[in-house]
Amino acid sequence: MKNVKRILALTVSAALAVSCFAGCGNGAKKNSDTIVIGCSGPLTGDAAQYGVAVKNAIELAVKDVNDAGGINGTKLSYVFEDDEADSGDKAVNAYNALKDNGMQVMVGTVTTASCLAVIEKTKQDNIFQLTPSASAQDVIKNDNCFQVCFTDPNQGKGSADYIAENKLATKIAVIYDSSDAYSSGIFNTFKSEAEAKGLDIVAEQSFTKDSKTDFSAQISAAKNAGADLVFLPIYYQQASLILTQCKSANYNPTFFGCDGLDGLLSIKNFDTSLCEGVMLLTPFAAEAQDQATQDFVKKYKDAYNGETPNQFAADAYDGVMVLAELMKKEGITADMSASDICDKLKKAISDKDFSYDGLTGTGMKWGEDGAVSKDPKAVIIKNGAYSALTADDIAASTAQ
Amino acid sequence: MKKEGASAKTKFFKPQTRKSFITYAMVIVAFVVMQILSSGGYISSMLTGLLVPLCVYSILAVSLNLTVGILGELSLGQAGFMCVGAYTSAIFSIVTSETIENVWIRFPLAILIGGIIAAVFGILIGIPVLRLKGDYLAIVTLAFGEIIKNVFAALYLGYDSKGVHVSLKSLSNLNLEPDGKLILNGPQGISGTPNDSTFIIGAVMLLITLIIAYNFVYSRTGRAVMAIRDNVIAAESVGLNITKYKLVTFALTAFLAGCAGALYSHNFYTLQASKFDYNLSILILVFVVLGGIGSIRGSVIAAIVLVLLPEMLRSINSYRMLIYSIVLIVMMIITSNEKTKTFISANTAKFKALFKREKVKEAE
Amino acid sequence: MGFLNNLINGISLGSIYAVIALGYTLVYGIAKMLNFAHGDVIMVGGYVIFTCMTTWGLNSWLSIVLAVIACTLLGIVIEKVAYKPLRQATSLAVLITAIGVSYFLQNIALLIFGEKPVNFTSVVNVPSIKLFDGQIVISGETSVAIIVSILIVVGLSLFINKTKSGRAMLAVSEDRGAAQLMGVNINRTISLTFAIGSGLAAIAGALLCSAYPTLQNTTGAMPGIKAFVAAVFGGIGSIPGAMIGGILIGVIEILGRAYISPQLADAIVFAVLILVLIIKPTGILGKKISEKV
Repeated sequence: MKNVKRILALTVSAALAVSCFAGCGNGAKKNSDTIVIGCSGPLTGDAAQYGVAVKNAIELAVKDVNDAGGINGTKLSYVFEDDEADSGDKAVNAYNALKDNGMQVMVGTVTTASCLAVIEKTKQDNIFQLTPSASAQDVIKNDNCFQVCFTDPNQGKGSADYIAENKLATKIAVIYDSSDAYSSGIFNTFKSEAEAKGLDIVAEQSFTKDSKTDFSAQISAAKNAGADLVFLPIYYQQASLILTQCKSANYNPTFFGCDGLDGLLSIKNFDTSLCEGVMLLTPFAAEAQDQATQDFVKKYKDAYNGETPNQFAADAYDGVMVLAELMKKEGITADMSASDICDKLKKAISDKDFSYDGLTGTGMKWGEDGAVSKDPKAVIIKNGAYSALTADDIAASTAQ
Repeated sequence: MKKEGASAKTKFFKPQTRKSFITYAMVIVAFVVMQILSSGGYISSMLTGLLVPLCVYSILAVSLNLTVGILGELSLGQAGFMCVGAYTSAIFSIVTSETIENVWIRFPLAILIGGIIAAVFGILIGIPVLRLKGDYLAIVTLAFGEIIKNVFAALYLGYDSKGVHVSLKSLSNLNLEPDGKLILNGPQGISGTPNDSTFIIGAVMLLITLIIAYNFVYSRTGRAVMAIRDNVIAAESVGLNITKYKLVTFALTAFLAGCAGALYSHNFYTLQASKFDYNLSILILVFVVLGGIGSIRGSVIAAIVLVLLPEMLRSINSYRMLIYSIVLIVMMIITSNEKTKTFISANTAKFKALFKREKVKEAE
Repeated sequence: MGFLNNLINGISLGSIYAVIALGYTLVYGIAKMLNFAHGDVIMVGGYVIFTCMTTWGLNSWLSIVLAVIACTLLGIVIEKVAYKPLRQATSLAVLITAIGVSYFLQNIALLIFGEKPVNFTSVVNVPSIKLFDGQIVISGETSVAIIVSILIVVGLSLFINKTKSGRAMLAVSEDRGAAQLMGVNINRTISLTFAIGSGLAAIAGALLCSAYPTLQNTTGAMPGIKAFVAAVFGGIGSIPGAMIGGILIGVIEILGRAYISPQLADAIVFAVLILVLIIKPTGILGKKISEKV
């Protein structure tokens, strides 16, 4: 036992010494030549794919900005810390690590849970925060925080409106992740809007983080309730499982989803014929034919082993690009303090005249409330690719 | 030389008093040093941000050590008790944040409420659970922790002019009036908890926890609990009420975990139940085992080292959790193998008894 | 019809839990340790099959055989490196080491295979059975999972009761000291146990990933915990107990999700477990532990 203690005592003193040195070196660590963008997101654990997508896109965007001459000659640099999508201390640790690395502007965090944990910190420190993908309404309650992605309630409302206006279905089933803030956020507004529009939700089915592979009970409930449309406000991995399991349960409703479903077509080794006819409202589609999207997808694929970027990556890329635009306009330099930058950017982004054409929307504008206004595109998967949803498609799907 | 000094001191202090006072002194010195460093701006924001969580994890480890080390029962439900304490205290603080404005009254009350409700849960869970033994007890406590987490994650709670509304299904089932106040938002948890936790409060709580733990261990009750751990039948035969002592220990563990939960929830703006899963319980168990089962000071040190370790490894981002896992395995093999050299016994049960007797000797 | 469908789905999920639980129960019964890393061996098995089939284009049978071999070796290596030095240590020390091994496997898989979940090609190509005009569908994966789990239980029971090495395992689980005195090689028997348990994990990986075709580095963690619960439920150390526990947990989970509350399905599973253990503290088929005075 003595040895255990000795080892522990040695380690603790070593660790503390290291941390103190890290603290002392704090001021020197900051690179004074560049403007430092910070981001935190999950690089390990269940949600790692979202964090990695954002990290890659930020890297790409920073490189693009720098290649194009930087911010009036000053280069951008970025730091990325792992927050494991935690909702408490790990998110704050990651944020503090970013601060120690000289972060001046934050493009983050990636997940809603972590974002909620740090918004009060960025408010206190007055750091400008533009989150690519944390979509809950609460994320933008402070005046220094803005979103690139849609707010959850908008997606839920938008989907219900779209389904009602186009008379896609009369009986609707919803399968959502009740343990996830994103999914349950969309579901809650979808439900109230659907009721207001007279849509009939015949089955409300949910799953949790701990049981996200078996959907047989949910599918048979939807099937038995006779739902002709299944609304999936969830991420694409679970959606792919639901599609597979619906097929083996002999159930073929129309599927309708939100931006989380983007990525269905790029799942490695997935039988994409299963997602024929899936409709989704999404601001970004990797298969879109416009030049900007194609360029981005190509660059991303070249840089990261042929991976297809998802909407997380697109939102993050847009986020950095928006920041770069604003920084150029405001003449931000590397020696400015985070707080000064925040005050300038806050005003600049919500300026009525500012709008940005990016991958996830044209004419994106921000209000003072922090939410972005952009139009989701309704797309349908046809012949293994996205195409704009037309009246014919709707007629075909309702005729089934 | 050292030994002489030690025996000279024992004339004035009992060895256990000396031992506990060294631990208190370590905490106080660490607190003062950190306080001076942080007021001078010498420590990184990372470390500053870690100060309260370090206190929280230390308290959790010490309290779990009472069940695992002193009572000798493996509990994997620590995160569940922490969750109860965190949620109830946060709800209390949010509801009363306008009526009780003085933080120095409100926050201690919140901590106490968190602790007491967690202790009530501990007793309720303990009555059926403590009949079980060994790994069965472990799995049942794990199950309880998961149940608590799942229920809190599905819970919607709010109040308006008509009273309190509760739902386990969805926000719209809550039927809250538009002007009502939503407190628990299902998986999105609680937001708007006042940030009352400070390093001073954390350090004071850690100190109080240590005082409670040491006094418990050296009290009549503590000795009875250790007697039960070492030999239930012998303890029973001298007339000890097994259930009572087990329950007291279990409730005390739950109480302290609840207090730690309150400290934790008031350190962050938001709180989500998904944080309190079995991985957290296991993490705390790791602190206890690596710190030395039954060693209260060891628990504190191990908690601090193992919370700092992954943070210190941040510069090697994608490898840090890998290194953490290797460190865990290697440390376990090193520390446990040396024990095996000391206690050569083929029989695990015998070995356990031997090991624990050794511990008691050392504790006394 | 809905109920029957749910029941079939429950049994299907349950038989996969059963195969995983068998690995837990075997290792616990003989080595007296909770092998928390068992779930992650399943994940490794899944990745080996995925690599063989998708990257190298091998056929499914060969892939499964390779995965079983790889996992068996992995199991032996883990046992030799991480658990053997702790043979005499407290069960807690071994538990923590097992957790360390679990983190290690998850993170090494993250580094090798990346963070993105991959879609698993089913190794099963049995047609699904349709009853009552397609109102009840039993997928190929379901029938295979049920049949395989029954075969494994029967095979394992025969192995343990009829063969020499099997009886050696039984002897070690009854009384390690006495078994050693009778000439049983303890180390070899424990290695064999880990080999069999990990081989079973590879098969469980194939079944799990075929039924729920997604695979990432944390795939094994939750099924591992659930299967561990199943093993305790049925009486840890008992082979038929693991089978019964697995099926019951699967059925309760699916029925709870369908008829009570999807959010609370896991809570219901755990609540039933607690009830069972309070009524019968050693699980459904667990042996009664006699106290020595």
